[in-house]
Amino acid sequence: MFLRLLSDVRWRAANPRWRRMTCSRRSTSSTAEPHPISLPAQAQVVICGGGIVGTSVAYHLSKLGWKDIVLLEQGRLAAGTTRFCAGIVSTARPVSIELKMADYSNKLYQQLEQETGIKTGYMKTGSISLAQTQDRLISLKRIASSLNVMGIPCEIITPKQAAQLHPLINIHDLVGAMYVPGDALVSSADVSLALATAASRNGVQIHERTSVSHVLVQKGRVTGVETDRGQISCQYFVNCAGQWAYELGLSGEEQVSIPVHACEHFYLLTYPLKEPLASSIPTIVDPDGRIYIRSWQGGILSGGFEKNPKPLFTEGRNQLEIQNLQEDWDHFEPLLSALLRRMPGLEALQIMQLVNCPETFTPDMRCIMGESPTVQGYFVLAGMNSAGISYGGGAGKYLAEWMVNGYPSENVWPLDLKRFGTLQSSRTFLRHRVMEVMPLICDLKVPRWDFQTGRQLRTSPLYDRLDAQGARWMEKHGFERVKYFVPPGKDLLDLDQSKTFYKPDWFDIVGSEVKCCKEAVCVIDMSSFTKFEISSTGDQALESLQYLFSNDLDVPVGHVVHTGMLNEKGGYENDCSIARLNKRSFFMISPTDQQVHCWAWLKNRLPSNSSLAMEDVTWKYTALNLIGPRAVDVLSELSYAPITPEHFPSLFCKEMSVGYANGIRVMSITHTGEPGFMLYIPIEYALHVYNEVMNMGQKYGIRNAGYYALRSLRIEKFFAFWGQDLDAFTTPMECGREFQVKLEKGMEFIGQEALLEQKQNGVYKRFTMFILEDHDTDMDLWPWWGEPIFRNGRYVGKTTSSAYSYTLERHVCLGFVQHFDEKTGEELVVTTDFINQGEYEIDIAGQRFQAKAKLYPFSSLFTHRRRKDEMELSGYQRE
Amino acid sequence: MPAPAHLFPLIRNCEIGRICSTVCYCHRKHLCCFSSHFAHGHFRCAPQRKFAALCRPKENFNQFIHARDYASTPQRFYLTPPQVNSILKANEYSFKVPEFDGKNISSVLGFDSNQLPANAPIEDRRSAATCLQTRGMLLGVFDGHAGCACAQAVSERLFYYIAVSLLPHETLLEIENAVESGRALLPILQWHKHPNDYFSKEASKLYFNSLRTYWQELIDLNSGETTDVKEALINAFKRLDNDISLEAQVGDSNSFLNYLVLRVAFSGATACVAHVDGVDLHVANTGDSRAMLGVQEEDGSWSAINLSYDHNAQNEHEVERVKMEHPKSEEKSLVKQDRLLGLLMPFRAFGDVKFKWSIELQKRVVESGPDQLNDNEYTKFIPPNYHTPPYLTAEPEVIHHKLRPQDKFLVLATDGLWETMHRQDVARIVGEYLTGVHHQQPIAVGGYKVTLGQMHGLLTERRARISSVFEDQNAATHLIRHAVGNNEFGTVDHERLSKMLSLPEELARMYRDDITIIVVQFNSHVVGACQNEEL
Repeated sequence: MFLRLLSDVRWRAANPRWRRMTCSRRSTSSTAEPHPISLPAQAQVVICGGGIVGTSVAYHLSKLGWKDIVLLEQGRLAAGTTRFCAGIVSTARPVSIELKMADYSNKLYQQLEQETGIKTGYMKTGSISLAQTQDRLISLKRIASSLNVMGIPCEIITPKQAAQLHPLINIHDLVGAMYVPGDALVSSADVSLALATAASRNGVQIHERTSVSHVLVQKGRVTGVETDRGQISCQYFVNCAGQWAYELGLSGEEQVSIPVHACEHFYLLTYPLKEPLASSIPTIVDPDGRIYIRSWQGGILSGGFEKNPKPLFTEGRNQLEIQNLQEDWDHFEPLLSALLRRMPGLEALQIMQLVNCPETFTPDMRCIMGESPTVQGYFVLAGMNSAGISYGGGAGKYLAEWMVNGYPSENVWPLDLKRFGTLQSSRTFLRHRVMEVMPLICDLKVPRWDFQTGRQLRTSPLYDRLDAQGARWMEKHGFERVKYFVPPGKDLLDLDQSKTFYKPDWFDIVGSEVKCCKEAVCVIDMSSFTKFEISSTGDQALESLQYLFSNDLDVPVGHVVHTGMLNEKGGYENDCSIARLNKRSFFMISPTDQQVHCWAWLKNRLPSNSSLAMEDVTWKYTALNLIGPRAVDVLSELSYAPITPEHFPSLFCKEMSVGYANGIRVMSITHTGEPGFMLYIPIEYALHVYNEVMNMGQKYGIRNAGYYALRSLRIEKFFAFWGQDLDAFTTPMECGREFQVKLEKGMEFIGQEALLEQKQNGVYKRFTMFILEDHDTDMDLWPWWGEPIFRNGRYVGKTTSSAYSYTLERHVCLGFVQHFDEKTGEELVVTTDFINQGEYEIDIAGQRFQAKAKLYPFSSLFTHRRRKDEMELSGYQRE
Repeated sequence: MPAPAHLFPLIRNCEIGRICSTVCYCHRKHLCCFSSHFAHGHFRCAPQRKFAALCRPKENFNQFIHARDYASTPQRFYLTPPQVNSILKANEYSFKVPEFDGKNISSVLGFDSNQLPANAPIEDRRSAATCLQTRGMLLGVFDGHAGCACAQAVSERLFYYIAVSLLPHETLLEIENAVESGRALLPILQWHKHPNDYFSKEASKLYFNSLRTYWQELIDLNSGETTDVKEALINAFKRLDNDISLEAQVGDSNSFLNYLVLRVAFSGATACVAHVDGVDLHVANTGDSRAMLGVQEEDGSWSAINLSYDHNAQNEHEVERVKMEHPKSEEKSLVKQDRLLGLLMPFRAFGDVKFKWSIELQKRVVESGPDQLNDNEYTKFIPPNYHTPPYLTAEPEVIHHKLRPQDKFLVLATDGLWETMHRQDVARIVGEYLTGVHHQQPIAVGGYKVTLGQMHGLLTERRARISSVFEDQNAATHLIRHAVGNNEFGTVDHERLSKMLSLPEELARMYRDDITIIVVQFNSHVVGACQNEEL
């Protein structure tokens, strides 16, 4: 209650100024009426939501020069989750894009008061993240490494140093801490108001007490919005409705699925201490205790993320009920215990209030940003996972850039709305998943963790068979994929115990699967891949695809082409394999999570006439990957067809029979560089073909394998994966894939110009393989991804993926090397010599390991190469 | 807004006091001085709490202290939680009423029952049965004293007497004709028994004959009026007690049976029986067992309604009644040390012919009885100031209650439970158990001055209360867990529970009494619907 009053007072203090300003611009109607300003009939952009996110988008759009913007807020500005927000700006984030957003937000808020003249309560306090366990300390060190290379001051400190920074904390159970002096506290509602004020000065119209009922769409484009105060026609709509984003997305005729779900979030406010706590005292984050503690008006504000969250508003229609949520002390008990354990001196501190503030969560703990795959001009920025203040500024900036320039200045694929499809929109799924996501905010994030909820949604027809054989599963885009097979009689650690930054318990299991791939033959179920068929009545399909893809697709029927789907800047929007089935139809295989993105990309760019047909056939085929030198023997025995390299060279596709089943698409690719075949099997034959392959393969030593083996194989061969290594900011030139680009294929294609320019001027980053030299696999921390790379002691880039190579018996990291000028920090062209002449180190959680850089894979690994000139150099599964 | 005092019942001196006092009370539940003389089975350690000291208390006290030292020093072990559970759950029983039992939708959802022995063997009994020829369900707890024989007999026979009392004339005739002509008998009761609940085979013929005599008399009496439940209950109680008494006087040619009927008559039992039929709930009580209704208030909290009066010295009306029934000259000797004639705690009971028969009759029966009886000091003992028998009756007090939707459950329990727990706590614990604790009153700070430490203490206590719920699948077991293991905060303390349950047989009775509990859960929807129909 008190907080609400408080912010109301502040709001009133800020409001007259702001209202005077807006009124002076449009002084047509009187201020006495509830809606003094009538809605405009049209605008370029309509933003729905006046919280931190909506105001930030408006602010940045107006900064970028767009002026014709209307911001609609159903209640009052910053009256939703933003008002209840704890107001902590923290840059300690494990995902690099989130880190960048938080860093930008911090800098933005710092100068906002000066820019707008509105008090934002900005106070640079710093934050201390505590570690109760060694594993936690490792994860903090990893974050510290990436903060440092970004130029954000940060240090790992001892418990004693932490106690000096914050006299109240009890340190007896701590092993260390991370201190980020630049982190800050703000009054979130005031920040939002300041952004609104600045935006409004730039011409943005802000209307409160106006709710959007739905968005009007014609021919797949936004044309306007319907509000309770009339219609506004517009070109762009931005859904920044926070926890209401899901419902708003579904309200129109053309539905946009925005997978967010709210959970109750509690924090405690106290009266001041006897000796009031200094407002500059650092914020304490105790992830093992699941709590954060900041100073608040001489007392403290402390909340946390409990293990058993309470999802909220699953049935929807919550609207303004947010004001009336009940305090739940019993639910808060574990967090209160953690607080008193951390600060025992606070026992006598008097409670003011327990605030219940719903927060919005997404299925993967990353916020949702970008354009709807189904409705053009419909943008979304929502699902802040209780870090709205930290991300709000940066996220608003990226979205504004996206709208104005067509793409943001950073790779935001991890946040892209199109990483989700309608399949993540089930209310039950969201309810269950957010119950897992919210605790995850405080959980230890170790390599290779998988979500446990919302599983077994999409499965291969072989799921039960594989499961019975000991398969352990991970999930990608709702699809269950095998990690590895636990041999009978062998037990792995249970879930919690298997969490480690060191050598995992499955090490030997995957090792034997890899060995089998190298020496005999393995089967991997890869049905999750996205599969499209594109065909036309005439040559339209070929023509269109030639324009959309960088490689030459005008190949003889039966050939398979690895190619990038590039954007104007030459960056990879997708990396795929395309088989020419006949003159006029193509079969396209893309990574699993490309299902929505690639579809939207193609849909928006292919001519929309009836002569060209595109179909998503993902669900129609089961894909089996036969990897290994004996794959050819198994297949030839099953098909009675000659499969020798002479008859079936690499990168070929043939329809043939396998066992009794006819019409199996067999392709001589394996996505790993190993010899073998991909079998695309109509799903009704899947079990039959699998059984035949397993029976026939017995004498060749066949066994099941999983994605971990595949990953080890592809990384040791220097195969880049889209989504992990490759993104929209990476061009084929930068990762040694010029051979997959046909600049002179006789017709123009997207990204051609950029690539030509790069070819001439050189590249500014280079995809490089690193072999760790002095790394002890048993004793040392394992690399994951995101580790800083140092060349001659200077930071040059980050790794993007890593794996243990069972063949090299070394860890292999893949990553990009940049060349920064030693004095100016300016980016320079990266040459082969630059790469080859450096001494490299990889920083794993603060510890540096020597690494050898290579620009080309070990040729010795390709012992089973079938033809010297036809080296298969592609892979695109992302783990 | 709840008052702050209600908010923070952290230090409840009264509760600490209560626990101390229960331990102290144990001293008066001393071993009987002539237990060694009891040669045979159930009589071995017969007169315990219900009979007051016949020897000097001090001696007993010392004896007790010694025994405790001796027993507890060498064995300092604690039971593990699974061991505790296996002890607590050994006698638990649950019955769910089928949604449609063929006749009508039952207002009873089901019941949980359980008993925890302190005596060896346990002297409590319990019964539950569905009436097949009339509507309704019967549930009862029986607390025996001076052995378990009487409680056993009453638990087997009483429901038949009640059922027969309730039967309409035509059905009685039908049954009598069936017996007469040797045809199969209509089943009268469907029993819901735990495997440990036994019926004595030897006496069944005898019992049946007595019952048949009863219904024959009812047929002859045929008043033509529909049977009133209250009346039927009173008649059944009195008749059974009368039959017990008569059987002992007449004896039996079979020496085993003869001894049995004497044991039944010379021991005693209280009875608390509920009859539920739709919204009509009748509770007939004789003695100091108790029936309590759990009511959920509109705000979700729990309260208790008593559906029986204890028949003991604490009940003024009862003391009045006893005094009224005897000449003024006996006024002083009637109730001594809170006991009837200074000996018996319950003021009403089955059996206990020593308080009902004339001295002559007692002497005659004992002398002509079997040797075992004759050698028994206890049976030969005549209560002091025994001038105008009978001093004791089995006539029950019957309370009728119309069930309302907010009446969620009924607890029938022997005094072993009520000695350790207040009915308000019982209502809360069972209520929270049955509703899954969701209705635990949420805490709101409101405008009160509360510190973080205070709040933490309160929350920890509440959580402990919740966690103890999930161990049990049976409400009665849950209640026993609390009754035996509660600490001063009203939460189950495993250490205490473990100590209480690991007491050696001969000591257990000092610290606790037999506990028998039946928790009947009502179907609020059915109750609500029946109520509307009646309106």
